[in-house]
Amino acid sequence: MSRPWVQQAWFGRVMAPLVVGVLIVVAWQGACEHWEIPKYLFPRPTDVALSLMENWAVLFGALWSTLYVTLMAFAAAVLIGTLVAFVFVQSRLVELSLLPYAVLLQVTPIAAVAPLIIILVKNTTVALTLCATVIAIFPIISNTTIGLRSVDPGLAAYFRMNKAGRWAILWRLRIPGALPFFLAGLRISSGLALVGAVVAEFIAGTGGSSAGLAYQIMQASFQLDIPQMFAALFLITLTGVVLFASMVLLEQALLGKWHESSMPAER
Amino acid sequence: MLERVNHSTIAAPVVEILSVDKVFANGTRGLAPVQLAIGPGEFASLIGPSGCGKSTLLKLIANLIEPTDGRMQWWRGDFSKVGSPGRRLAFVFQDPTLMPWSKVDTNVRLPLDLAGVARDDANARTAAALAHVGLTAAARRYPRQLSGGMRMRVSIARALVTEPDLLLMDEPFGALDEFTRNKLDEDLVRLSHERALTNVFVTHSIYEAVFLSSRIIVMAANPGRIFAEFKVDEAFPRDDGFRRSGRFAEYCRALSALLSDASLASVPL
Repeated sequence: MSRPWVQQAWFGRVMAPLVVGVLIVVAWQGACEHWEIPKYLFPRPTDVALSLMENWAVLFGALWSTLYVTLMAFAAAVLIGTLVAFVFVQSRLVELSLLPYAVLLQVTPIAAVAPLIIILVKNTTVALTLCATVIAIFPIISNTTIGLRSVDPGLAAYFRMNKAGRWAILWRLRIPGALPFFLAGLRISSGLALVGAVVAEFIAGTGGSSAGLAYQIMQASFQLDIPQMFAALFLITLTGVVLFASMVLLEQALLGKWHESSMPAER
Repeated sequence: MLERVNHSTIAAPVVEILSVDKVFANGTRGLAPVQLAIGPGEFASLIGPSGCGKSTLLKLIANLIEPTDGRMQWWRGDFSKVGSPGRRLAFVFQDPTLMPWSKVDTNVRLPLDLAGVARDDANARTAAALAHVGLTAAARRYPRQLSGGMRMRVSIARALVTEPDLLLMDEPFGALDEFTRNKLDEDLVRLSHERALTNVFVTHSIYEAVFLSSRIIVMAANPGRIFAEFKVDEAFPRDDGFRRSGRFAEYCRALSALLSDASLASVPL
């Protein structure tokens, strides 16, 4: 490994974006100092960090609440979405009769439905989870359905020729073939689950139900505590990044050795 | 030099095609009534212009499609007995059709896994098949990491692992460069000879047909039919020496002439 460190893979993956991040934070801090911007208009990174430490107990509780809703909704979307996809590929008729309603779920803005769900469902956590599930489920359904359908016709003929049973075709052919599509669905869906959770929290917050980071942002904005708004926002972003990164890692672990999408570029 | 084939002299044919024709669902006539018998140990190549029905004929032999009319026989019986010892059939596609998510050995073991062969037995046979095609070192690699020629070898190993008696191949080396193709042809000739396989082989290449075959079946299109057939009277196993011989050139020239005639006879009616 005599390659200069700038050219090594870990540098490109980790160090380069990190350096950009540090530069932005330094520039932000410098600009705020230079133009003496008051922190109730636009806080400095140090103000945000300070607020994060001072309000840690409250913010951590809110983070946990948002994360809980996000993960529950994501799990529900994966579970139900995959099941629906399996039902879809069993018969065209079932797919044709149910797909319009899946699309309906997808095209109706969550912000428009959320108040209704929050009124109808008494338990706030359940209501929030439901909202987030509704918007996270569609990519799972559509991707998994396409994946399960896109079986290599040559391989399918080979399996039929060898008198493979339904289960063998499902386990050895359909499921592995659908995996790249399913994982791409996971990546989109994990982000949407977080978006859904935050949007639902905002709407529940206006209705008086307190929970999560979005509620913290609202409270902070009422009190003009801009640093705390930024702190809560930072935690939401961090959650999104961690979710995305874990999906990428999962994808690499499952596809890394055989699928084009996860192959390192050849030099 | 072209010796004609007399079907009635084939004592115990592996496959018999008795006035079989094939009309596709869209009304296209794939094959006009065809009569053909292939005997044990023969290496029969099907060659002809596109649309002559050579792939259709191969698929009929593999029972992948059903004849519209006529009758097919395998080892003097119907297809239900195919698969029992001494009556095994394997098909090699134009593409390697490997499972990209499985390593080479898992791909080769697939037909045994699907047939429910015990793990130890299956592993031993897989290792033997891989050794036969010279891929022992690649057993734990993914298809993606192999060259086109190596992938085709994996596909052949997957056919050999079932210990077939009849091996059907649909232009298996068509996508490969000529050097790789020649090498694989030589390996195939050796393998078929060692295992006393009966082969039906679809190809577009005159050289390949002459090098591999004990018998060449020239087909014509519109409608798909057998135009001519002849024997390549050269002992097996063959090696590169045959390819450089004058006899090889003679056969190629004769086949080339027959193919021109077959093309002329293939104009739409």
